[in-house]
Amino acid sequence: MRRPFTLFGLLLAFILTVGPGSARADDVHKILIADPFIELHTGPGRGYPVFHVIERGREVTIVKRRTDWFELRTDRGVQGWAPREQMIATLEPTGEPLDLQEPARENYMSRRWQAGVAGGDFAGASMISVFGGYAFSDNLSIELTFNHIIGEFSNGYSATLGLMHVFVPEWRLSPYFTLGTGWMHTEPKSTLVQSIDRDDQIGYVGGGLQFYLTRRFMLRTEYRNNVVFTSRDDNEEVDEWKYLGFAFFF
Amino acid sequence: MEVSRLRLLFLIALAATTLPGCALFRRGEASLPPATTEQNAAEPVTGEPSDKPIIEPQVERREIKHTRIDTEDFEVGAYVGILSIEDFESNVVYGARLAYHLTEDFFLEGTYGRSRAGRTSYENLSGSADLLTDSERDYTYYALSAGWNALPGEIFLGKNRAYNTAFYLVAGIGNTTFAGDDRFTVSGGFGYRILPADWIAVHFDVRDHVYDIDLLGEKKIVNNLEAHLGLSIFF
Repeated sequence: MRRPFTLFGLLLAFILTVGPGSARADDVHKILIADPFIELHTGPGRGYPVFHVIERGREVTIVKRRTDWFELRTDRGVQGWAPREQMIATLEPTGEPLDLQEPARENYMSRRWQAGVAGGDFAGASMISVFGGYAFSDNLSIELTFNHIIGEFSNGYSATLGLMHVFVPEWRLSPYFTLGTGWMHTEPKSTLVQSIDRDDQIGYVGGGLQFYLTRRFMLRTEYRNNVVFTSRDDNEEVDEWKYLGFAFFF
Repeated sequence: MEVSRLRLLFLIALAATTLPGCALFRRGEASLPPATTEQNAAEPVTGEPSDKPIIEPQVERREIKHTRIDTEDFEVGAYVGILSIEDFESNVVYGARLAYHLTEDFFLEGTYGRSRAGRTSYENLSGSADLLTDSERDYTYYALSAGWNALPGEIFLGKNRAYNTAFYLVAGIGNTTFAGDDRFTVSGGFGYRILPADWIAVHFDVRDHVYDIDLLGEKKIVNNLEAHLGLSIFF
């Protein structure tokens, strides 16, 4: 029973250091309202009611952003949330339009980092996959993947490093090719007799499709043909399907 | 002579009454600022104009700092609750949670929890026949889930307090390590989140963890229900 308290202690320490820090006064970001008016909601969502209106020309402070909503504070201390569509028409105090730094589809190729999760099938076993990649160019990126393989007869982990080539990155639905190598650890289930853990090197070749959803989000599906370099006479070939993956770039 | 003397008297009287009045009027003109005339005299009408600008602009230059907008899409927290492990009693579960809010409607969530299994009724009745060793009774799980904020709203405490809330549905996949094996687990459930401030949230969650187990020889589907209370902060 000691561990939950240490966990909460850590959380409390985190709250005390990070939480109130978000309301620092020295790094305020002021903007001018350029729309005829901006409606303030009580929360960051269209379901929360409008309780205040700020007219054109007034100066407000951006407190924070959550998803597509901005928390604003007026000079009279009224604090509420406005959607991104209304914020596009606001101005910096210099008169320039406010740059919301949106990673839209047009500029997502300039984003270098990508990460995501996927679920699938590894030779009949269930597979949970976490991946992250860095793009050298518009087409070519290096990708690191961790798989947790949970089967009926054996469980395993694998970690692979490979190259990924997206053929036409500017298309909304774009195919890609991938090639790499890695390591796999297999543990036969404890209910089986003669269970020996194995560590093998693997190599893979595969392909997939990525689909640009919106903002910074993508869906992907992938097939890999793995070759397991076993210590036996024959190498093993394993089909790996990532049925559905979700990725975002940053 | 009589007439001219009278006329003289009349004229003197007239002068005596009107002249001081004129002086009164002239007094206003005399108090005009002499500065204008002096300036006119000092500045030559023709010749080189002075270098001084006619209007001295008094513009306050603003110090513009393009500070980054503080984006708070991530949420980290911890929770404590009760997990009912099918056949193995209910026990305390505690865990950690990391969420990423994609839009106002959807979020991704990763959870990791630990609990410990108790004894089955069979083990208690039979006395000493233990189905699991001590270390096999450790129960850990992780889940990668997607969530939907189905019902955003507010809660009203008293007359003057309103807090933002959301009722959400969650479904995901993950793994459960129990009885010495990893088990692919599908989980789902619902939760209710109350935000006392815009950076902190209190959660109440109910989850069902479903997996296959063949511990007693025959494969069967197991439902483990969990209810927990958690605290998280946005960053």
